[in-house]
Amino acid sequence: MASTHGRTLQHVDAPDPVRPPGAAQPAPARAPNKRRRNNAALPGDGETWTISAATLVVLFALWWCATHFGWIKPLFLPSPAATLDAFVSAVKGDTQGNTPLAEHVEVSVIRVLVAFVLAVVTAVPLGIAMGTSRLVRGIADPLIEFYRPLPPLAYLPLIVIWLGIDESAKITLIFLACFAPLAMSAKAGVRSVAIEQINAARSLGATRWQLLRLVVLPAALPEILTGMRIAIGFGWTTLVAAEMVAATAGLGQMVLNASNFLRTDIVIMGIVVIGVLAYCFDLLMRRVEAALTPWKGRM
Amino acid sequence: MLEINQLSVEYRSRKQPPHLALDDVTLSVAPGEFVVALGASGCGKTTLLNTIAGFVAPSRGEVRLDGRPIDGPGHERGVVFQKHALMPWMNVIENVEFGLRLRKMPLDERRRIGMECLRRVGLSQVAHRPVYELSGGMQQRVGVARAIASSPQVMLLDEPLGALDAFTRESIQELLLDLWSDAQRLFFFITHDVEEALFLATRLIIMAPNPGRIVHQIELPFSRAYLANRDARATKASPAFIEMREHVLALVHETSATEEMH
Repeated sequence: MASTHGRTLQHVDAPDPVRPPGAAQPAPARAPNKRRRNNAALPGDGETWTISAATLVVLFALWWCATHFGWIKPLFLPSPAATLDAFVSAVKGDTQGNTPLAEHVEVSVIRVLVAFVLAVVTAVPLGIAMGTSRLVRGIADPLIEFYRPLPPLAYLPLIVIWLGIDESAKITLIFLACFAPLAMSAKAGVRSVAIEQINAARSLGATRWQLLRLVVLPAALPEILTGMRIAIGFGWTTLVAAEMVAATAGLGQMVLNASNFLRTDIVIMGIVVIGVLAYCFDLLMRRVEAALTPWKGRM
Repeated sequence: MLEINQLSVEYRSRKQPPHLALDDVTLSVAPGEFVVALGASGCGKTTLLNTIAGFVAPSRGEVRLDGRPIDGPGHERGVVFQKHALMPWMNVIENVEFGLRLRKMPLDERRRIGMECLRRVGLSQVAHRPVYELSGGMQQRVGVARAIASSPQVMLLDEPLGALDAFTRESIQELLLDLWSDAQRLFFFITHDVEEALFLATRLIIMAPNPGRIVHQIELPFSRAYLANRDARATKASPAFIEMREHVLALVHETSATEEMH
């Protein structure tokens, strides 16, 4: 007891006590920073890009060997060179329908983006309303939970019957795929706001509308952005289904059409293009996430 | 003048029998007092603070501030929370001036007041840093600055130092006493640390659980003694302080011991 007093005494005697605690003091009540520290003892910490790059190289080498040494017939798995050829001729528009690859990409990207944006502007407000209002949650919860696990191919015929075979049916299908994860994440984001933040704003005199706009919405933003990443992924997943009926262009249509002619090289090339595009969008979303919610996981 | 008349708060839930968090609490506090509520967890001290803040409505009785009954939160009562109460999407100065912004004060005016409040808690140099980069102690200082920016009549502090290390606690305790003596506001502070309670309080209320109630009230001289001599160590090491600490510890143990026998 006496020794404890002695030590504390030295500290208090030292500088002006009203000064902020400097860097020499340990930061006490702060959550450990999971992202940035490589020396932190969390299992699975650290950079992974070298491992990921090695995985891709090995996979590519296996593909090359399997086709080069004739382990797998070209009908089932064309060689990397043949796939590259398919890519080059697709870029030139040298395929069935004579549509250049750029046009397929453009049509598909527009479909996915339009559906995604429509879903964001409708599902996020609905999710926030679900998080803040018992009435809205009661109405919307069973509807979303019911249709969310349904495979898009199951209700595609219904959408075609209702909306016809033009662009609106395709966009609606992708829209529905994006809608549920966005609404769910916005709802979860609202529910995750700390009661202390709400009470702090109320004690400072916030009105209900100010509370929603200045506290609930920004606090829910990390979850909403995660939902947007998941949603745009679902959008790409649904693209091929959406382009199954009466499409004349689009990556999904290109792949389906090639499969009818057993052009496996075009199928694989199309899959790679869809995968790379979706990955680029995810990288973009991660940048947006880091820029808009830098506090995520640090507070 | 803060008056609490025969206040009871009952929490009802569908699955459990109603829980009487506060039973018939009566308390009257004048401006310039530093009231500290001390007690084991479950004694209703946070419920009492939340009722004064307006977050919780009384089941029976009432809370009045200057004669007007409290029926919700308001900026004349500033609240400092234990943690998680800052807005990480705003930087330090934006957090401090948030209350003024809610009341539509023009930017240059609220920035001036906010910087002044930051200066008083010793954080002027971090005004434009993000709050999540600050240490726990600095975050609590931002919370205090945010509360005083609205010039509240009453400051309500809900275990604001509970998550901090001993050194940081002591420097913020001294800061709080300075802010209190400058403005002669009413401070209501919750803690379960006996030494902290003795050092800060002009009036100590000891609470007991099941049902939550006030069992002892003690007037204390130590915070005023500190403000006179500016020597926290000497104040806390004085025989009178140690004697009072043992006395209060005995009272707290007594109330929790009778509780365990129930």
